Amino acid sequence: MKKHALSTRLWHWLNLLCVVTLFMSGLTISNAHRLLYWGDWGFSRQHAWLEVPRFPDWMTIPGSYSLAVARDWHILMAWPFALGLLFMWVAMLLNRHFQRDITTTRAEWRPTAIWHVIVEHLKLNFEHAGGKYNFLQKLAYGLVLGVFLPTMVFTGISISPGMEPTFGWLVDLLGGRQSARSLHFIFAFAIFGFFVVHLALVFLAGPIGQIRGMITGGTHHQA
Amino acid sequence: MGAHRFLSNREALAPEYPRSAVSPFFRGNGSTDPQNGDYPRHVEEGFANWRLEVRGLVDTPLSFSIENIRKLPARSQVTRHDCVEGWSAIGEWTGPQLSLLLDEAGLKPEARFIVFRCADNLNGQDYYETVDLVDAYHPQTIIAHSLNGEPLPVRNGAPLRMRIERQLGYKHAKYLTAIEAVASLDGIGGGQGGYWEDRAGYQWYAGI
Repeated sequence: MKKHALSTRLWHWLNLLCVVTLFMSGLTISNAHRLLYWGDWGFSRQHAWLEVPRFPDWMTIPGSYSLAVARDWHILMAWPFALGLLFMWVAMLLNRHFQRDITTTRAEWRPTAIWHVIVEHLKLNFEHAGGKYNFLQKLAYGLVLGVFLPTMVFTGISISPGMEPTFGWLVDLLGGRQSARSLHFIFAFAIFGFFVVHLALVFLAGPIGQIRGMITGGTHHQA
Repeated sequence: MGAHRFLSNREALAPEYPRSAVSPFFRGNGSTDPQNGDYPRHVEEGFANWRLEVRGLVDTPLSFSIENIRKLPARSQVTRHDCVEGWSAIGEWTGPQLSLLLDEAGLKPEARFIVFRCADNLNGQDYYETVDLVDAYHPQTIIAHSLNGEPLPVRNGAPLRMRIERQLGYKHAKYLTAIEAVASLDGIGGGQGGYWEDRAGYQWYAGI
């Protein structure tokens, strides 16, 4: 049996491509107006809760400032991102990847158990008996798939004025358009944070085996 | 745009806020004090000689003074203005619905887009914008002559500006001089349907 299902592997790489493009074009959009607000409105420093630094050209798509080109990339890649996420959720509920591998058990939430898995991580011991993923992995993958990525879709829809006549309830739920915009930014960086930790752990756990596993599917007795 | 039109009713309204939600100041962007052509003279005259034309593919071309426009039945709406760059401000806009003027002039069957001609020249090009007939006939598409109950400030497009409430700020043409019905966007400005569309490649549909 393969370690990673074909649906998981396809989605993983499609999602990587989408998230990287969306993040880097999003940094250009952030550069267009570097102030974040709460509520419905805000247009100057005195209303802002955060002034975001300007992101340098090497971090952004396109490589020199163009809001129009950045928006084209952002809107283009939002489609495979959102539809891909929907596909992944349907696939992992149907093949029971979610229930089998990502759902945590009550026992895993015991403080001693959590402490144990943290200590093992700090010792860089990634062997875990039983299930495919340890508690911290389940928690991280569950949060990314269940909260971080979907929140990007919902806050993204809420920033778009043409969507508001239909999704006005969603904008209200998020606390107004500028709150949705702030949350869009915060969750983008939450995903970036996951990306950094994920990459670091892949390298610590043996990058060749890990990456091969996510391409070919690998086998259970591999890393 | 296809997805938006599919998901939303054509007449679905942008949210309207209570008067108490109005922002303390309404930021201006793009041209905020045009100095080209006759505009400074019109400011001095209090826009007494300003004309708004309705022309192009219409049965009866029309020409209005500001006084005429102010006498038309008006719609007031407290709405949020979203700039493509990311900021938002809330204001109360008052003016006649564009549909009223278009019906008065009578659109010819071949008309497919409405062009808004503007008095301001920004970076050497005359500002203009265009919308399709869905947005032109939308109930919240008004020719605003007032902001928060006062005549429009120069910063926000005096004496007249468009409100296209389901799209981003660059669609809301300011310093409005003419409303023109056309069959195609070819040959209008740079052919992309608006000043920023021509100049910087912004999307013609500004609802995202």
